[in-house]
Amino acid sequence: MDMKVGKKKLGLKEKYQHMTRGLGWETTYQSMDDVFPFVKYEGIKIHDWDKWEDPFRLTMDAYWKYQAEKERKLYAIIDAYAQNNGHLNVTDARYLNAIKLFLNGISPLEYMAHRGFAMTGRQFPGVGARVACLMQSLDEIRHAQTQIHSLSNYNKYYNGFHDYRHMLERVWYLSVPRSFFDDAVTAGPFEFMVAIGFSFEYVLTNLLFVPFVSGAAYNGDMGTMTFGFSAQSDEARHMTLGLEVIKFVLEQDPDNLPIVQQWIDKWTWRGYRVLTLVGMMMDYMLPKRIMSWKEAWEVYFEENGGALFKDLARYGIRPPKWLDQIEQDKDHISHQAWATFYNYAAACNFHTWIPTDDELDWLSQKYPNSFDKYYRPRLEHWREEAKKGNRFYNKTLPMLCQTCQIPMIFTEPGDPTQICYREVDYKDNKYHFCSDGCKEIFEHEPEKYIQAWLPVHQIYQGNCFEEGVDPTAEGFDPLSAVLDYYHLAQGRDNLDFEGSEDQKNFEAWRGMATKNAA
Amino acid sequence: MSKVFIALQTNDDTRQIIQAILADNPHAVCNEQPAMVKIDAEGSLVVRRSTIEELIGRDFDLQELHINLISLTGNVDETDDELTLSWNA
Amino acid sequence: MGVAAIKEYSFESADRLENFHGNQLLYIGWDQHLLFCAPFCLPFPPSMRFGDIIDKVLPGVFGYHPDFAKVDWSKVEWLKSSQPWQPDFNKTLAELGLKHKDVLRFRTPGLTGIKGSAS
Repeated sequence: MDMKVGKKKLGLKEKYQHMTRGLGWETTYQSMDDVFPFVKYEGIKIHDWDKWEDPFRLTMDAYWKYQAEKERKLYAIIDAYAQNNGHLNVTDARYLNAIKLFLNGISPLEYMAHRGFAMTGRQFPGVGARVACLMQSLDEIRHAQTQIHSLSNYNKYYNGFHDYRHMLERVWYLSVPRSFFDDAVTAGPFEFMVAIGFSFEYVLTNLLFVPFVSGAAYNGDMGTMTFGFSAQSDEARHMTLGLEVIKFVLEQDPDNLPIVQQWIDKWTWRGYRVLTLVGMMMDYMLPKRIMSWKEAWEVYFEENGGALFKDLARYGIRPPKWLDQIEQDKDHISHQAWATFYNYAAACNFHTWIPTDDELDWLSQKYPNSFDKYYRPRLEHWREEAKKGNRFYNKTLPMLCQTCQIPMIFTEPGDPTQICYREVDYKDNKYHFCSDGCKEIFEHEPEKYIQAWLPVHQIYQGNCFEEGVDPTAEGFDPLSAVLDYYHLAQGRDNLDFEGSEDQKNFEAWRGMATKNAA
Repeated sequence: MSKVFIALQTNDDTRQIIQAILADNPHAVCNEQPAMVKIDAEGSLVVRRSTIEELIGRDFDLQELHINLISLTGNVDETDDELTLSWNA
Repeated sequence: MGVAAIKEYSFESADRLENFHGNQLLYIGWDQHLLFCAPFCLPFPPSMRFGDIIDKVLPGVFGYHPDFAKVDWSKVEWLKSSQPWQPDFNKTLAELGLKHKDVLRFRTPGLTGIKGSAS
């Protein structure tokens, strides 16, 4: 009898075909339009979802297998790091503030990305796209969870890690990353994909997860290095998805081009503004530095982004708007951001400080066009004042940009001495912006941004005090009331690193780790 | 021509993978950084299953790359035998 | 252009005047003094005398800067929405025509910040 000798297993392409297209069907009890109600209103036209292909051809069975392997490796390292008191091996305790910022400002975005991809995947009629969104949604919740698990180890010992979930919706600077993601998830499915899948993942996340995480390794933080690289290994897939989305959408219909271009302009600018925080982390918060923000920007944005947009030119896509300003800004934004957190250290859930002389010299060397001329005198002045017991704590609330919600700290293109002011009158109200980019984004969808929850204005409206607090009472202290609302303890979670509880504890515990008790 | 890159964690699993990539792509440049390597290449870069298998002495599924992959750039095309990264311009 | 939406999309401004309990917002920035990282946002009643802001409020806001004590208020150049503007210190915000969320900048020629760095 003839035995059919088939191939032992399916090839990658065949398997991908079966495990995606083979799982979908056209609905008949309900119309496809009713089942997928959000897929047309943004104006994007798709004619053939089967043209969608995941270049990695990853299917759910393989996905589980490799993700499980990643998790096993990750948790083995996290456990070892915790058991070995790994937190005492970081270069110095100032470093911890970078990961406070990470947990408070970035990990919640992973969770929002999880929700965003789950919602978006649900809305796409194409099975390939839905499977890819499902994987990314699972990846993102994995990132949120592994980051929380890794960083909870630090929460046992240090301040500022204790209530990130509560703070995300309250603390002034956290409205920047939060509003960025809220803007994306309240858009339609295609805009969300271009915003997060393409502009953020492809063009910008390398800057966060590659040089910063490599920097964490360099500073002895094995926990952060491990979750960071483990997360970024998924990012490689996300970036591929992001690029695939753009190509697929542009190939489907020529009418899609102007819509996609506008989203690329908007979301590259929005993401670029959020990354100001990362610039500051790299230049000021890693005691051992691996590369400057400017250098990282040149490799991961200018070189890679340049190659990407050259490739996309065949579809009629041009590089994002405002690149000339972005090009000039790389000499400035990390310094402007650090100055801001130094100003408002009394209202922060992490500490700031003046860099040491060596660090100031490093900054002078990395930023020859800007640091000595504009920023070093400022930092040295603050240091002198702090020595006299007059550390600067800015107690007056800043003016914010209506779109990115960052205080108006950015300077005019071409003039680093002059704050950039832009404004728009819309329906009897005035709105202010930090840049042409943020202004134009507002003008495109004013009804969306007039709803912005701007922390400074909310404080003045009386919405940022705990229940029962009376702001008209005799001796009312607004800063103290706002810190209560943030769940921050005055003198413990905020202020300068010098003299902080973190500084003292780290020193004492490291001493215990390297010496025997007398 | 634009550059593509692939970044991998440096550990015992990736030692031979990196070696294989560099052998298959003489034009590639290996850039070592703390805990990672970034391999840059003009135009395109290919990761070949057979070369990795020769070096590690066992069967290798190219999708295993995902475990130690940090990042990459370029248009991706993956088959059972090769993973290719390339720019069209 | 409006928001692409599945139904009518229209909202009130979260920061409209009536939400501020009788105050209006005024933004004030001191040009070339970036020791203060951004301009300030301050709530005042429309009946506030402009001179009282200068005398009673600004010292608490900008007083940390060594240049502040040297400011000659008779020589200060004012900008409103980045256009030259002339205040009368004896008038109130309402009398000066300052509206909710107006932005003022002041320039102090000769004072160039810490070591001339515009800080």
